[in-house]
Amino acid sequence: MTADPDLAAASDWLLFGAVLCYVVAMLGYAAELAFGRRAPDGPAPIAGGSTDTLPAEWVSERAARRVARHGGERGWPTAVGKAAVAVTVLGWLLHNGSLVTRGLAVERVPWGNMYEFSSAVCLAAVTAYLYLLTRQPVRYLGAFVMLPVVVYLGIAGTVLYAPAAPLVPALNSYWIKIHVVAAMTSSGIFMLGFAVTLLYLARESWERRHPEVPEVGAGAASRVRFPAASTLDTVAFRVNAFAFPIWTFAVIAGAVWAEAAWGRYWGWDPKETWSFITWVVYAGYLHARATAGWRGRRAALIGVAGFTALMICYYAVNLWISGLHSYAGV
Amino acid sequence: MTSPRLSFRASLRQAWRGLTSMRTALVLLFLVAVAAVPGSILPQRPLNPFAVDRYLADHPTAGRLYDRLGFFDTFAAPWFVGLYALLCVSLVGCLIPRIRLHLRALRAQPPAPPHSFARLPCRVSAVTALSPDEVAAAAQRRLRTRRWRTRSRGGGSTASVAAEKGYARETGNLVFHVSLLGVIAGVAVGALFGYEGRAIVVEGTGFTNTAIAYDELKPGRARGAADLPPFTLRLDEFEAVYATDGQARDFRADVRYSPGLTEPDRRATLRVNHPLSVAGSRVYLLAHGYAPHIVVRDKDGAVLYDSVTPFLPQDGSFLSTGVVKVPDVRPGLPQLGIRAAFLPTVDVARDGRLRSTSPTPTAPALTYEAFAGDLGLDSGRPQNVYELDTRGLTSTGGGLLLPGETSRPLAGGATMTFVGFREWVNLQVARDPGQRVVLLAAVLALAGVVTSLRVRRRRVWVRATAAPGGTVVEIGGRSRRDADAFAVEFGRLAADLTKLLPGPVAVPADATEEMHP
Repeated sequence: MTADPDLAAASDWLLFGAVLCYVVAMLGYAAELAFGRRAPDGPAPIAGGSTDTLPAEWVSERAARRVARHGGERGWPTAVGKAAVAVTVLGWLLHNGSLVTRGLAVERVPWGNMYEFSSAVCLAAVTAYLYLLTRQPVRYLGAFVMLPVVVYLGIAGTVLYAPAAPLVPALNSYWIKIHVVAAMTSSGIFMLGFAVTLLYLARESWERRHPEVPEVGAGAASRVRFPAASTLDTVAFRVNAFAFPIWTFAVIAGAVWAEAAWGRYWGWDPKETWSFITWVVYAGYLHARATAGWRGRRAALIGVAGFTALMICYYAVNLWISGLHSYAGV
Repeated sequence: MTSPRLSFRASLRQAWRGLTSMRTALVLLFLVAVAAVPGSILPQRPLNPFAVDRYLADHPTAGRLYDRLGFFDTFAAPWFVGLYALLCVSLVGCLIPRIRLHLRALRAQPPAPPHSFARLPCRVSAVTALSPDEVAAAAQRRLRTRRWRTRSRGGGSTASVAAEKGYARETGNLVFHVSLLGVIAGVAVGALFGYEGRAIVVEGTGFTNTAIAYDELKPGRARGAADLPPFTLRLDEFEAVYATDGQARDFRADVRYSPGLTEPDRRATLRVNHPLSVAGSRVYLLAHGYAPHIVVRDKDGAVLYDSVTPFLPQDGSFLSTGVVKVPDVRPGLPQLGIRAAFLPTVDVARDGRLRSTSPTPTAPALTYEAFAGDLGLDSGRPQNVYELDTRGLTSTGGGLLLPGETSRPLAGGATMTFVGFREWVNLQVARDPGQRVVLLAAVLALAGVVTSLRVRRRRVWVRATAAPGGTVVEIGGRSRRDADAFAVEFGRLAADLTKLLPGPVAVPADATEEMHP
């Protein structure tokens, strides 16, 4: 049983195409941010309606939707931004194709080593972003999602690249479908949450330096192209809170697999330890959001720490610390 | 004026309040995360004691400091245990009042509608021909079928229904936290009553589940090493399948076993990810390797050493190294130590060095270097059976042997014969009675956290007031979080409720739009 070289090559080319699309999309998103008018946020004037019967937090969302529907966005930067979404979707399709062909080439799940795993995490992140885009006007996030995805895929395709090959016996279990899929999905979503958190931190410090600009209702005078810090904070929280139970499930599934493979469900192996640390830090983040005096900047910093722990869990542990998870050929 | 006793009690209460506050819990959580870091970076005694010894030898100063701080057994170190014990206490202290509050809330009635609906974030109003009582009754029925907890109030000219939903949020939250305590309890049960051990078993030999048979045994604290469930096991054959590039494809160990101490008679195949259950314990295949059969004879031909010695694989080609220690060659003569490497497929590299090109034993060979002198067995230094301490030894040369070959005389006229080889497996035997508790608690915790993050607690009020020209119906609601998602839900609910109202219904245009998003 060896890898099919044609399919494997097709997979590599598809990934290359996906990265290319993501780069183009990133430039498009960046152009929209650089040259477009401010993002639809805050109570833009609602034509013909009175806003006095509506709650403030409802208005912004509602207004945003209406502005999005009724031509609040005009001009070439907006067109470029929309085109960037289309290119992202194209890249996403190619990316899916890359994973599928890789899986067909080796006749197994396409997440058996760090290269494949990184690619799948990026796919999860892009999927999460596109999904969020269908629910909320978050195109401003595009560039900040594409950037880490492109960097990540770049590293995966060069440093971590591994030729298509069958699985080592330790990974040959149906748990690879459960544990690893959960881990990849949650990591991809955490990655999105991390991007939003960084944006929040930037926006929050900008707002503190410019107290004269009201948080909402800045209108045309504002040069701000991002939503208010409070909106970003809410989005970041929702994204991270969505990923947290999936990560919890990944850790539990990992423990069940560890029990079947190594005879104990938990042994403080470096990978297990760092997944625990990641879990604890994100749990701290969720609690901090609900604690007076920790909300906002501090909670966001904990979120950043959580993503850092996650990255250590994946990369530092595999590359520099030896343990039971050090099989996944670099 | 307060008595010192009272102020002592007051300060105790204050300390308790401080410990059980969310802020303290957050700091403790963060400290636990940080405290776990050394456990992942430094070698850990329970996982790999030899790596700790090596680290201590390489970094004497820092190593000793780390050792004193318990960094080589982080997760059993007093400060780590203390931290999570504090976290547990803080958790319990936080949970008890919250459980009490929640139980009260579960029995409580939804509160009366606010005096004015104007401050509610979501609201619509309509005018209908129904009487206030009819409106309230219809709204209550509909809300009930949608599983809202309702209470109607008033009657006559003004009737109202209060409805509340989303108690599951706090229930889930509490289940999550109580389940975490369950996980810890399950872990404790496992540590007290379970056991875990590792043993190397060579093909053709047996294993009896007794403390002495293990290379490494961690007995449960409450049961001790003498109390292992009896069973026997015999390794008939081990087989590893490799691809042409040397990548392993499959491992299988054919064993015979028997619960109890009788001759093993049941057959089973152990594979990675497929353990064997016997006598309430599980047997796992962890690793494998080669064990050369080595015989050392003195110059008169008397056997000094005859053993199938497990060697440790060093790389993917299964070049495996091991050590033979012969302490008593003959009274008065130096002791003999042999450092050897087993090469499954021997080959000469371009630079002239020997190497193994494949893990499959197609051309096995043994290279060795012999040493004479003092093995250091009486020095009191910890001995590793896989390493030779050459401090008191001098090399007497080495060579290469094929199966069946005997070396030239080593020190004192002794010779070494490489008879052949067998394979060994490293078995892990474990029993953890707390495991099921941990799994159940973990699954409950997951269900709890999903519920508490998904469900919103929200309230809706319907008030019908008789007025000239019909009954004015006001519908309003609020949710403590996720206001926009609630707005959508409220829009649907309000649309559903206003549909109950026959007759001339007037709904503000602004609200209608939101009702059909």
